Amino acid sequence: MSRTFLGMPATPPRAPYGEGNLRGDAAFPRAAEGELRNEQLRRNLGRATHTIRAKRLAVTGELPDWEQLRDAGSALKTDTMNRLPELLEELERKVTERGGTVHWARDGVEANAIVARLIEATGSDEVIKVKSMATQEIGLNEHLESRGITPYETDLAELIVQLAHDKPSHILVPAIHRNRDEIRQIFLKEIPGVDPSLDAVPAHLAAAARAYLREKFMTTKVAVSGANFGVAETGTLSVVESEGNGRMCLTLPETLITVMGIEKVIPRYQDLEVFLQLLPRSSTGERMNPYTSMWTGVTPGDGPQEFHLVLLDNGRTAALADKVGRAALHCIRCSACLNVCPVYERAGGHAYGSTYPGPIGAVLTPQLAGMHAAKDDPNSSLPYASSLCGACFDACPVKIDIPSLLVELRHQKTEQSGTTPEKLAMKAAAGVMKRPKLYTAAQKAAGLGRVLGGRDGTISHLPPPFSGWSDSRDTPAPPRQSFRAWLASDEGAATLQGAADEGARQRAAAHDDPEEQR
Amino acid sequence: MSAPATARETVLGRIRDALALAPAQDVTVPRAYRTGRTLPDDQRLALLIDRLVDYKAHVHTCTADGTAATVAAVLHDRAARRIGVPAGLDRAWLAEYDGEIQEDTAELPAPRLDALDGVVTASAVSCAETGTIFLDGSQDQGRRALSLVPDLHVCVVDLSTVVTGVPEAVARLTPSRPTTLISGPSATSDIELERVEGVHGPRTLDVVIRTDA
Repeated sequence: MSRTFLGMPATPPRAPYGEGNLRGDAAFPRAAEGELRNEQLRRNLGRATHTIRAKRLAVTGELPDWEQLRDAGSALKTDTMNRLPELLEELERKVTERGGTVHWARDGVEANAIVARLIEATGSDEVIKVKSMATQEIGLNEHLESRGITPYETDLAELIVQLAHDKPSHILVPAIHRNRDEIRQIFLKEIPGVDPSLDAVPAHLAAAARAYLREKFMTTKVAVSGANFGVAETGTLSVVESEGNGRMCLTLPETLITVMGIEKVIPRYQDLEVFLQLLPRSSTGERMNPYTSMWTGVTPGDGPQEFHLVLLDNGRTAALADKVGRAALHCIRCSACLNVCPVYERAGGHAYGSTYPGPIGAVLTPQLAGMHAAKDDPNSSLPYASSLCGACFDACPVKIDIPSLLVELRHQKTEQSGTTPEKLAMKAAAGVMKRPKLYTAAQKAAGLGRVLGGRDGTISHLPPPFSGWSDSRDTPAPPRQSFRAWLASDEGAATLQGAADEGARQRAAAHDDPEEQR
Repeated sequence: MSAPATARETVLGRIRDALALAPAQDVTVPRAYRTGRTLPDDQRLALLIDRLVDYKAHVHTCTADGTAATVAAVLHDRAARRIGVPAGLDRAWLAEYDGEIQEDTAELPAPRLDALDGVVTASAVSCAETGTIFLDGSQDQGRRALSLVPDLHVCVVDLSTVVTGVPEAVARLTPSRPTTLISGPSATSDIELERVEGVHGPRTLDVVIRTDA
């Protein structure tokens, strides 16, 4: 609190290190290595991403005002970030007025503890869950299990992931890396009492999930959800889904606990008219998703009679403090950027090591959890998991300029690298290049470095402190003579003159024969 | 000595710090997208039917005085012998139905709803362009569980409540009411992104559109 009185703003902290699911075990290139060798995975991913791309283009093309909707969505998010404190306080006030209870969580650890305490207070030792990125991010399931509470994921893809003891690999379709035969195997092995003659027809697999979860929906007293939108003006929360598992969880239990990132608040109820057009068309490529639920606090005689809203920071304020990076908080989790990304399509979601994969994950994850929390932090590799082709920017319904954010993060990584020998060497090189005489002398000296080169003329192992450089790339051994020295020599002058003569001859010939100009 | 900061104070303080470190950029929200659209009855009807059918809902049209016959025929075709209805549903709609009718109450437990063959409700608003029906928990639509748990939902839509686009539909809603948007029967695309109709919500959605109501 003292900083408020002093008027000195402090940089907010990132999500705590070692908690939740915002950091992988290995840097992106190494994590992607195994995935790239998995041909099944690449086939599944290629097929799925291409299917959904075509659907998205078809339904966004149907709307002549699609670009105007994107402009509105983008501006609404900027406006929200500008007014975040007042909007969150308004949301809190409205939810409370309508019989809900609002909790604030500085980070995932605190949010997990709040949710576990609320579940324990109901006396229940199991909970049904709606697919939620926020609870995946904070590792809620793992925490609940450690407290003796069994969480049941009810979204079909999340169920597949949970039954396979796997991790989600996509924001929208977390089991996108699995094909129907693999899913059949998982169900046969993990669902108690499943029909052993179950085949791999998707409709039959969905029916098996329906039968398995039906009883859970009817009997479980507590549900945990995320939220797609929280309307400050009215206190209305919204979950967008397809299967009806969301409606089940939001309607049938006695207690509902919703975990929402603080950036999910939107100013007005009317703003839903923008996001309810942008999200389904960008996400599943449908004009509208089958089901959307909107509820405001508690309604007597309809739905859960106890409602808790947990507002989660977990590094979001750290992202907000970055004037460029803050745009990543505009994300509405549609996953369109994943489906168009050439890197995601080949590497898959697991290589990113985070709940948030793909282009948006590569900018959001480092901002929430940081890139320099440990030596060789895997998150510092994420801004490089991109060819900067820009397809993600074009696909984003709220116009997040992901390529620019990636470049900014690369810049920050380079800046943060501090006084590494590599950085000192670059600085020295810059100084030398500014002085031509010194540069010529340095090039002569570098010629001596040829002794380090192998038979193929490359240096693959430099001594420390330069081993970091040569570990990841071969360096050509310096040539006997520098380009500048060669150009100044008789041989260089003759070559240059020859090229000039050849050019003049070609121009003259082209003038005679207009066909040549084509 | 002051009390330690609560999580609420800390998070709000962090946000204010963040906004001080990276100041806000002025923005005006441009609302140049289409709003306030109107279409003649026949075009709204045609658009709504096209979109409903595309997402695998079954559509039946009738006039107001044909409601009872149409609803009875749909329930008969689906072999629905026991149906649930919200307390405020116009019972004239069921005058020709010969099966058992269970009127819903807030106390009726979910497994009892699960034992029903189907449910008949009215609706609040519909959006033609997306094929979306909005239920708002009014007396003729009932609590949310009623239109969710049974496997068949027969939903009556009056053409006068059908609007063209999403902004027109959102403008007609009452925010404080628990609101459910329904676009076709429940579906999943979780297996190889192939759309499969029918998971946890009603697997069959029959929409009865009353063209003069």
